[in-house]
Amino acid sequence: MIRHLLSGADLDADTATEILDTAAEMATVAGREIKKLPALRGRTVVNLFYEDSTRTRISFEAAAKRLSADVINFSAKGSSVTKGESLKDTALTLQAMGADAVVVRHPASGAPHRLANWVDGSVVNAGDGTHEHPTQALLDAYTMRARLGRLAGLSVAVVGDVLHSRVARSNVLLLSTLGAKVTLVGPPTLIPVDIAAALAPGTDVSYDLDSVLPNVDVVMMLRVQRERMNDSYFPSAREYARRYGLDGPRMRRLPAHAIVMHPGPMNRGMEITPEVADSPRSTIVEQVTNGVSVRMAVLYLLLGGNNR
Amino acid sequence: MAYPPAARSSPPRQPSVKVILASADVQRVVDRIAHQILEKTQGAADTVLLGIPTRGVPLARRLSARISTFEDVAVPVGVLDITLYRDDLRRHATRAVGPTELPPGGIDGKRVILVDDVLFSGRTVRAALDALNDVGRPSSVQLAVLVDRGHRELPIRADYVGKNIPTSLAESVKVTLAETDGTDEVKLYGGPTA
Repeated sequence: MIRHLLSGADLDADTATEILDTAAEMATVAGREIKKLPALRGRTVVNLFYEDSTRTRISFEAAAKRLSADVINFSAKGSSVTKGESLKDTALTLQAMGADAVVVRHPASGAPHRLANWVDGSVVNAGDGTHEHPTQALLDAYTMRARLGRLAGLSVAVVGDVLHSRVARSNVLLLSTLGAKVTLVGPPTLIPVDIAAALAPGTDVSYDLDSVLPNVDVVMMLRVQRERMNDSYFPSAREYARRYGLDGPRMRRLPAHAIVMHPGPMNRGMEITPEVADSPRSTIVEQVTNGVSVRMAVLYLLLGGNNR
Repeated sequence: MAYPPAARSSPPRQPSVKVILASADVQRVVDRIAHQILEKTQGAADTVLLGIPTRGVPLARRLSARISTFEDVAVPVGVLDITLYRDDLRRHATRAVGPTELPPGGIDGKRVILVDDVLFSGRTVRAALDALNDVGRPSSVQLAVLVDRGHRELPIRADYVGKNIPTSLAESVKVTLAETDGTDEVKLYGGPTA
């Protein structure tokens, strides 16, 4: 069993499938009157968040609590980080407090990898810079499998700002491991030229959303990061929305069974219109629900046994 | 070419294997437990059989099938996975979690009979009782096992026992069932050689 979850590439097909299967069992707990399992009693999980986040932090917190772990939330705002404490010193402090697992989100790509060398416990990457976000990829895979019944052979379009998207990177790695075919779609300025070959062979790139839509099982819309609007990756928000936004007419060109995903938070009217986001094809709310089950599975598989 | 000296001086000791219950015996024992359940529960009304994986599950299904043959009552069968409730989770590599399936009517207010293949330390049953606590509130809980081999480490006893087997801690009891292993058999390994 793996000790840390830092990248979508840490998971081979068997381990990833084990996580998804375990998540399916964890999901049944959500339907019970007592939504709690004793598996991680006495273990401490630290949520170390150097970036703002609502759903990921709350999701990890709910997952750890449902497994009876003790949760310590740390956000950089209002901590010693504002006094200049380094990541390493913060890590050593957490270590001294006996953290069994550290869930880390950091604006610098690779920060979780450094952290994994400094602490004894397991490190879970909850998003690092523009690098990776493996539990998001796992919950996306879980959602696809739950809706469409399988992953192998699925055709998945990942649309939008691939360049800055850790969600896209982790998804490409995990989905190709699990046998799905990924097509990256977006303006040429937002798709790194070498990404397809570098991440996973067999990944396609397209700059034309309309030609891709009729042949996919899943469309995954990425958030356009507003902070990048002024960096002239595309001429204007309206032009982006017209070429790469998913609206009603585009949605109707999808095959009847196809689903629409979004990792959130959404810019309604930008990459996705409200009509699409609230349609029955949209799995956006399910993704949040599934996130808790998947993170429970990850924490259990990392911390549940003696894996040292 | 010379033989290795060890092979010449003493032949390797085979661990002894003794068949405790053969296929027909297992079926007779299951039939007897089914009758005992009917007798002790006044016709198995409001009763649910919950099998503990792996081999408790097919045993629970068989008991339900036999009860319906004898008395024409359908006793619902479920599966209770206890992995997340074990007290030895940290002593082993992470164990895979299996499904827990409760029958459609649930277990609230029912008489639940837990079914397992071997009763040994009692720790599995303790974990099952904890798991049960989280999925509902039965009116009462009973325990049915195919084999009781003794050496309890907790104050737990079975209500229905297929076969009591006196064992030493050095021995091990292995139950195989047609559904999971191809044949019905109970074997005792490592006992004193006859």
